Amino acid sequence: MGKLPDNVAIRVENVHKDFHLPHNNEDSIKHKIITAFEKKDKDIDTLHALRGISFDIKKGEFFGILGRNGSGKSTLLKIISQIYQPTKGRVQHRGSLVAFIELGVGFNPQLTGRENVYLNAALLGFSRKEIDEFYDEVVTFAELEAHMEQKLKNYSSGMKVRLAFAVAIQAHADILVLDEVLAVGDADFQRKCYNYFKELKEEQKTIVFVSHSMGLVKEYCDQAILIEDGKITHQGSAEDVADAYTSLFNKAKDSTKQEDNRWGSGEVRFTTVSANANEKQVTVSVKLKANQDIGDVIVGLDIRDDKNTLITGVVREVQKQHVFTLQKGEIGTLEYTFDNLFADKKYHITLNAKSIDGNYIYDHWKNATGFAGPKNSSEYFPALFPVKVNEH
Amino acid sequence: MTTFSQVKQRYRYSAILLRELVRTDFKVRYQGSVLGYLWSLLRPLFMFVILYFIFVYFLHIGKGIPHWPAALLLGMVMWNFFTEITNQGLKAVVGKGGVIRKINFPKYIIIMSASISALINLAFNLVVVAIFIAINHVTPTWWWLLVPVFMVEMYVFAIACAFVLSTLYVKFRDINFIWEIVLQGAFYASAVLFPMARVATESALAAKILLMNPAAQAIQDARHFLLPATMPSANGYIHHQVLAVIPFAVILVVLLFGASYFRRRSPYFAEDI
Repeated sequence: MGKLPDNVAIRVENVHKDFHLPHNNEDSIKHKIITAFEKKDKDIDTLHALRGISFDIKKGEFFGILGRNGSGKSTLLKIISQIYQPTKGRVQHRGSLVAFIELGVGFNPQLTGRENVYLNAALLGFSRKEIDEFYDEVVTFAELEAHMEQKLKNYSSGMKVRLAFAVAIQAHADILVLDEVLAVGDADFQRKCYNYFKELKEEQKTIVFVSHSMGLVKEYCDQAILIEDGKITHQGSAEDVADAYTSLFNKAKDSTKQEDNRWGSGEVRFTTVSANANEKQVTVSVKLKANQDIGDVIVGLDIRDDKNTLITGVVREVQKQHVFTLQKGEIGTLEYTFDNLFADKKYHITLNAKSIDGNYIYDHWKNATGFAGPKNSSEYFPALFPVKVNEH
Repeated sequence: MTTFSQVKQRYRYSAILLRELVRTDFKVRYQGSVLGYLWSLLRPLFMFVILYFIFVYFLHIGKGIPHWPAALLLGMVMWNFFTEITNQGLKAVVGKGGVIRKINFPKYIIIMSASISALINLAFNLVVVAIFIAINHVTPTWWWLLVPVFMVEMYVFAIACAFVLSTLYVKFRDINFIWEIVLQGAFYASAVLFPMARVATESALAAKILLMNPAAQAIQDARHFLLPATMPSANGYIHHQVLAVIPFAVILVVLLFGASYFRRRSPYFAEDI
């Protein structure tokens, strides 16, 4: 094995990974016997998950791996973590490596919280004695002092994640491999995770990080790669690669119709948008047309004032209850009605049609239409909302 | 130096894991049962009582052999030990699939951990055997010290089989059912419930052939050293210096094959399970 240069923590060299996907129940001997007389490879599909990946991760680097679902990034992570073997090529690393493909590996619902801490930590390589030393710290961090003698099956999912995470941060390896698993849980928990990432970064640990969140990648990662279809398409500073990733989803399929204030992948496009305002109410009518069958469209609406300051909009959670399913060529209609609580000036409406998971932006139309606030309204506040004032 | 510390580190992790997996296994097994660990003692005890009544009392098998019940129980315990390791081992790797897919660790630990719970059970069973021997007034001899040797032999054979079976099971789930049938047959072929002498009186050749099976030979030899005066050794039936080596050679072959097969396939367990 060739030696790694001193400043390289992980070297991935020309890694290929193929998976053989059996069609039906290949796992039975009956099938083996039957197919023994047939030609080989007849009903086996080969999936080329990775096709020649090479890169170095320097010591102390916070390294991001980006890619869409199915791009091969999880496979790469598992190869780096030595869970999978590469079909071709090799991965070398220097120093100890701990991988978190999932939190709470080995957790057993039949055991108590305490017993699971010892089991999970053992899988991370800690002896009982070492665990004894940091056990109290784990319990405090997880905020589960009152529950450690309860069985794990009685824990809520949030409690489980907290416990698992509290154990995970005890892992002290030279290289940590983190799947985006860590960023689950409520806001409070996420804050803890981010603090942990910050600590890791300050300690100059080598981190391999997979995430869908470009915000996180830009904030923590130094370098990154973008994987598409099993190959590296972008490599460089995290900032640039994250932008490349974002543009993946926003690549207009029909580039001739590109406008400055309008972009999107075009599976769904707004056809007519109009706003009507009187002194009391505003009505916004929206028509959108599907260019292909599509089942996950949500439409967002932002209202901005003439200085482009965001005033209000339709809440995301509300949108999620209104998922559009449109057949190719079908036209969907939306009508928004709201009280005209605006100031005496002009407002712009930005419309946004995207997939429910937020990964695809079909049509983003900035300042698609506009309306004016009531004449007799104040100019001072950008918008008003009904307030009841009681005088005594 | 680095390689030495790496090796040490590697085995340190294995030891920690093994300990924790065995501990978990043991805890989970008797959870929710009122008598808990006591079942490890009670189960073989009741089984022996049943066997004793059926085979010794009613069927009069081994009637002419003094202390045959003690030999019967010893054989039964060893056979159960063998089936427990192979059955647990067979499913162990697939059973730990969730962990294998998420973390890299030495996979042989899974088989070892499955075998250790069987060893613990063996210890409990031997307590019951000891009680039986005491009740039966079997005269102690120094030969008894050799009995554990054949338990070790049985252990090695069972582990060797478990390596092969667990690896096969990852790819071919039918192995489970096949092994069940094999064990059924091997149970009778290993002369657990009846003395080998019974077979030999029908056909000396049949006894020889049966004793080529390491399980049968280990049980026969363990019984021989427990009751040296009444139970012949395996070689007492085989009567051949070269043929007598065959059971040990079988173990060696299965072990070498099993270990290398397991080693070769274990890096792919994560994607095959």
